[in-house]
Amino acid sequence: MKNVKNKKTLWMILTGLIIGAIAVLLVANGNPKNMGFCIACFIRDIAGGVGMHQAAIVQYIRPEIIGLVLGALIMSVAGKEFKAQGGSSPVTRFVLGFFVMVGALMFLGCPLRMVLRIAGGDLNAVVGLVGFVVGILAGIFCLNQGFSLRRTYEQSPLEGGMISAINVALLVLVVAAPPVIYFSTEGPGSMRAPLILALVAGLVVGALCQKTRLCMVGGIRDAVLFKDFYLLWGFIAIIVAALIGNLITGNFTLGFAGQPVAHTDGVWNALGMVLVGFASVLLGGCPLRQLILAGSGNSDSAVTVLGLFVGAAFCHNFKLAASAEGPTPNGKIAVIVGLVVVAVIAFVNIQKQKKNS
Amino acid sequence: MADNNVVDARGRSCPEPVILTKKALSKNGNKAQVLVDNQVAVDNITRFAENKGLKVSVTKGDGEFKLTIG
Repeated sequence: MKNVKNKKTLWMILTGLIIGAIAVLLVANGNPKNMGFCIACFIRDIAGGVGMHQAAIVQYIRPEIIGLVLGALIMSVAGKEFKAQGGSSPVTRFVLGFFVMVGALMFLGCPLRMVLRIAGGDLNAVVGLVGFVVGILAGIFCLNQGFSLRRTYEQSPLEGGMISAINVALLVLVVAAPPVIYFSTEGPGSMRAPLILALVAGLVVGALCQKTRLCMVGGIRDAVLFKDFYLLWGFIAIIVAALIGNLITGNFTLGFAGQPVAHTDGVWNALGMVLVGFASVLLGGCPLRQLILAGSGNSDSAVTVLGLFVGAAFCHNFKLAASAEGPTPNGKIAVIVGLVVVAVIAFVNIQKQKKNS
Repeated sequence: MADNNVVDARGRSCPEPVILTKKALSKNGNKAQVLVDNQVAVDNITRFAENKGLKVSVTKGDGEFKLTIG
């Protein structure tokens, strides 16, 4: 048994190292700096790519996202772990996903990009990490009180595979590139690794994450809640590999000011990530994990991804998203509203557990 | 009574099954039976119990798993 455990931990570390390395590779091949992967940014780009928002600098159908979902689908089917299930408070999950995006676009990155930013020397992301941990602790408090979004039920295979079908459609769109979709010609959306490389990177990482269950939120959560460091190893390994990669490629710059696609407002960097951490614990995983679960047949996670998607469109349509210049007034209001909404969702769903429910 | 200490965590997403298991174990002298319906929960509960030095045996039913801990 000890051996099995060690072997799994070794796989987890290897997965983290590969993700970190691939992230650096993607940046070297065109992705924005410290953005080899960013689930929030890339879903936001896709929302722009299909015209859900008109922020011209962040529009592209990112093949990484498509790869992550389909990689998880392939691996879960191959490993006989694909399971069509859902029905656990889907609309609540949609709202939580929406506000995860609001928080992420205040900070300018999902938890995975936060880690990659730290590995690039961006100290604003360390401030974000502090907020992230605070948010996770708030979520853990609720879990210990009996928070639950209630049980899932078995669904039809079609329901479980629907989000993957949508991603196949997106793949067709990005390959065919009909004139009705939007691709940025400047800004972060125009900075992209070649399609095939991005897709394969997503597929590899998606498959590995499905197998190892890697999750940025889960790493800290399980360490605090169960003194279980399995997931945290992946988190650390990503930082190590990306840090080494950044040093080699000359993309490591230590400091607060002038970091790529980042701002220096510490309070709002932290508060944005409090919102991301809190809501993600209630959802059971970070945005990356939601994509992987969605690919593995979990339609609750698929709904969460749709919440992220719509949230991203709102963020740019209503000027909630921060930029390198800093947060917007609307964004600050949205983050506060988000914290209140998530807290209400948390407390309302605390169930006193008598027996089994 | 160890026999009665059955946790029904079917349909629950992680980490809930692990939290329910943790609570059941602390109440009943580190013995429990847990019903779950997905491999992630099986892995997580097994890892949790083994980290506590407890023995876990898994029996697989029709799309469900029964874990006996302690």
